[in-house]
Amino acid sequence: MSKDDSRRVMLEKVMKDHGYQESALLEILHKAQEIYGYLDKELLMDISGSLNLPPSHVFGVATFYSFFKLKRPGQHIVTGCMGTACYVKGADEIMQAVEREYNIKRGESTPDGKLSLLVTRCIGACAMAPTIIVDDEVIAKATKEIVLQKIKQVLGGT
Amino acid sequence: MTATTVTLKIDGLEVTVPEGTTILKAAKDNGIIIPTLCNLEGLSPYGGCRLCLVEISGSPKLFPACITPVSSGMEVTTQSERLTEYRKMAVQMLLAERTHICSVCVANDHCELQSLANQLGVDHVLFERNWTRLEIDSSHDFLVIDRNRCILCTRCLRVCDEIEGVHTLDLKLRGKDAQVIMDLDEHWGNSCSCTSCRKCAKVCPVGAIYIEGEPVSHTKHKDIAEFITERRQRKWKQ
Ligand code: SF4
Ligand code: SF4
Ligand code: FES
Ligand code: FES
Repeated sequence: MSKDDSRRVMLEKVMKDHGYQESALLEILHKAQEIYGYLDKELLMDISGSLNLPPSHVFGVATFYSFFKLKRPGQHIVTGCMGTACYVKGADEIMQAVEREYNIKRGESTPDGKLSLLVTRCIGACAMAPTIIVDDEVIAKATKEIVLQKIKQVLGGT
Repeated sequence: MTATTVTLKIDGLEVTVPEGTTILKAAKDNGIIIPTLCNLEGLSPYGGCRLCLVEISGSPKLFPACITPVSSGMEVTTQSERLTEYRKMAVQMLLAERTHICSVCVANDHCELQSLANQLGVDHVLFERNWTRLEIDSSHDFLVIDRNRCILCTRCLRVCDEIEGVHTLDLKLRGKDAQVIMDLDEHWGNSCSCTSCRKCAKVCPVGAIYIEGEPVSHTKHKDIAEFITERRQRKWKQ
């Protein structure tokens, strides 16, 4: 069985556990993202068919929450908090610096698929603003220099 | 069967309406017109535009009349300086949100936003304007959407879902980034579910959804939802 098929089996189980209930859409999308890493259109179409929901509704829900990723994330993920506290303390400038350095925009990955740049709303760490997450590490009171240095380090490590 | 009624005062006028009626409807049935934008008779209430705000005695808050039910003894004020200021501000915010240039718009002179602005005396916009460059989709045989003119009132979504019954349309993203989409964010011409019924173009209050090559004055038909809802009851069969 290919890797994708086993993912599909897991997804089917999740939907079945929820009785293919339309009202379970959020939980199912959540699980689907855990299983696949992101939600592409093919997957969303599949889910909307299984739950018998209009595709536009499913797409609307999947794009309403910034938690859901619709593009394949790269091997390494940098997530910038764009909540009010972080924004005010300069998270945007840091993200701009990363965008310039790697020539990608938020929501995009480098052509080699090594690095993805994502943004999120407040992650509840406002006291440490601005916060930027590089892979699993939360960088508190981040600066351009620290973040760029950290990214270089994780990319070098592959 | 006796329906329970509620008695209240609107702008000093004592009115009696069935329980559960919205303030908007109670006012309208008694000849008092409250400005509205997202609300449309025949569609479920949405409460998004805040044009219909009214005052209720005893509360410092303002209430959207289209989604607030009446209650006994309520004293509602629909016109005041404060309300006019709020309504003006709501219109200005809508104008600032996206690219509204009436002189080049298909809906010029047939636009609900424009006529509200005129009625309220909004002659300038206090907020910095976002000149958006969102996608204009003209891939459909005759329907066009210019998302730069969309005020996110959701009338088109509701008519497509509740009256046509196919739910082609929905919103993606949220807040100021929200946009009307077809199916999985497809181009309209590729939509599998759209029946090309034109209802969305008929109810759009502005020039965001329109029919290619046809004057908006001919294609808007704001009563369509109410009309179909009424006809669906098939009263002549009873
Ligand atoms: S034309 Fe009819 S079916 Fe198509 S999007 Fe508009 S309301 Fe929905
Ligand atoms: S396209 Fe028109 S009807 Fe639809 S949400 Fe935008 S303004 Fe409202
Ligand atoms: S705003 Fe960034 S953590 Fe709260
Ligand atoms: S008409 Fe009441 S909120 Fe829009």
